[in-house]
Amino acid sequence: MIFQTKAKLIKNIAVTPKCYKILLLCPQIAKNANPGQFVEIKISDGFEPFLRRPLSIHNVVSQFPPEADQPLAEAGKPVSRYAAIEILYRVIGKGTKLLSEKKPGELLDIIGPLGNSFNLSTTHYPLSAILVAGGIGVAPLFFLAEKLKQDYPLSAIRYPLVLIGAKTENEVFCKKEFEKIGCDVKIATDDGSRGFKGRVMDLLGNILRATHDAQRTTIYSCGPRPMLKEISRISKEYNIPAQISLEEHMACGIGACLGCVVETKQGYKRVCKEGPVFDADEIIWE
Amino acid sequence: MKPILCVNIGKLRLKNPVIVASGTFGYADEFKGFVDLKKIGGIVSKTITLSPRKGNPPPRTCETPAGMLNSIGLENPGVEVFIKEKLPILKKIGVPVIVSIASEGDPREFVALAKQLDKIKDIVAIELNISCPNVVSRLASQPVNQLASEPVNQLAGLIGTPANRHTGTLISQDSSSTYALVKAVRKVTKKTLITKLSPNVTDITEIAMAAEKAGSDAVSLINTLIGMSIDAETKRPKLAVITGGLSGPAIKPIALRMVWEVYQKVKIPIIGMGGIMDTQDAREFFLAGATAIAVGTANFVNPRVSIEIIEGIKKYLRENKIKDIKTFIGGLKL
Repeated sequence: MIFQTKAKLIKNIAVTPKCYKILLLCPQIAKNANPGQFVEIKISDGFEPFLRRPLSIHNVVSQFPPEADQPLAEAGKPVSRYAAIEILYRVIGKGTKLLSEKKPGELLDIIGPLGNSFNLSTTHYPLSAILVAGGIGVAPLFFLAEKLKQDYPLSAIRYPLVLIGAKTENEVFCKKEFEKIGCDVKIATDDGSRGFKGRVMDLLGNILRATHDAQRTTIYSCGPRPMLKEISRISKEYNIPAQISLEEHMACGIGACLGCVVETKQGYKRVCKEGPVFDADEIIWE
Repeated sequence: MKPILCVNIGKLRLKNPVIVASGTFGYADEFKGFVDLKKIGGIVSKTITLSPRKGNPPPRTCETPAGMLNSIGLENPGVEVFIKEKLPILKKIGVPVIVSIASEGDPREFVALAKQLDKIKDIVAIELNISCPNVVSRLASQPVNQLASEPVNQLAGLIGTPANRHTGTLISQDSSSTYALVKAVRKVTKKTLITKLSPNVTDITEIAMAAEKAGSDAVSLINTLIGMSIDAETKRPKLAVITGGLSGPAIKPIALRMVWEVYQKVKIPIIGMGGIMDTQDAREFFLAGATAIAVGTANFVNPRVSIEIIEGIKKYLRENKIKDIKTFIGGLKL
């Protein structure tokens, strides 16, 4: 079920100079959202920018900060544990720049939840899960970790491992948040300012090489295209299933325009509809 | 007072003059659930070709000032799958279904498609997409066998257009080709025929008149304008196939001008489109002479926009005591 709604902005704070976290009150979307799904946000009432911006759902918020009570009361709705969604985004262009300037109390026209989600069904459920994030690609993986925690007691997962890759130390997001919910977090930075020096997929390779029963895990990943391509190669090398979340420019976000396709073994597929989560071995990498 | 909103396009009667443009509404199923589809005046399907068509490589879209470029390249499952899988969904909505068709190079495919669709009573009209800027008539390397015996010899002259999509000619860029094509399709179907025109021409009225003369029941305009976008950092075109069709509010003044020009020259109804984002935009098109309007790219920004425009028109007519939308059409004051 897809909803188009006016979501009240509860907070919009800078996590780093270029990276923001926004909290939007939208109970219907929050209640129906699954990890990997995204929303399309209308940034401007005018034509600049013209199209909505697709942003993945970072978390469904169950506990509100005190400042959220007011908007919730105004909305006249009972405080549900699925009342708001959190989005983690990086300011990369005029759309996200404008979004970063939005203030609490403003209403944003949003559509969601959109796209498919990470597949956590019992038949595919791994004994262990490795979440691999590149840069802002950490955004949908936190929601996934939350869901894993909720749906399965952590003790049942032998290896709740999160690998976060970034260019440099101050671009590492969410380490504490993951640790707070019981994940083991390892960091890789290109410049070695924190954790492993090098690419996060090399860190993944090292870990898998040292693991005897690597086959019993599933990789969930989101990040830049070249990183996902490498994840795909690693998943093949170790014969481990990998689910990857792709990012693409979109026009409609609901499957109508056929603008955001990616080449797969079954032909072009829409990132917004059949995706954004794909099995890594499904994608034909250029 | 309840204003009269219905208009006639050939034999087709629309309960209101707001339709959704081809290629911007999929096959409607994507909008199910959160858009009240049965309120829409009519739905034009994504363009269908005879065979399944893969479309162009990505990236296929890019945002531009007050608009966007697309180079989808008519990706569609082909007419067989359309009839079997998509048409039942469209039919169930209960609004008139207009099927947009195109050839992949050999114009005789239009005739074959029209013949096939003519038999289906759930389809009320056919739109001839002779103006897609992303698929240009190419040299038909092999004649399509089952069509060889078609009494459409006048089409033969159309086959043999240069092969390059960047230098090729659209049927809608030539009045005699337009005439020949519409005439050939007219022979095989009694359904309402709508010819979709390209703005990438010197004089759109010549093409509109050719379509009218050949028996088209209506013309729809405008299709997208051919445009281009470059990433100055990477020095690469933003679309994989370099050029694409520009749509959105950026093209509205051109669309209005062309609707107005065509309105002076033809008697058949005009379906006006090009950058319509709200009720006021729609009113401008009616004033310029459009009998109905189509909402296109705006559907991507606001999936409910067509419904909002219908409500907006109703409200406007009521508030201004206009009994019938038809008396508003072409009402431009000079």
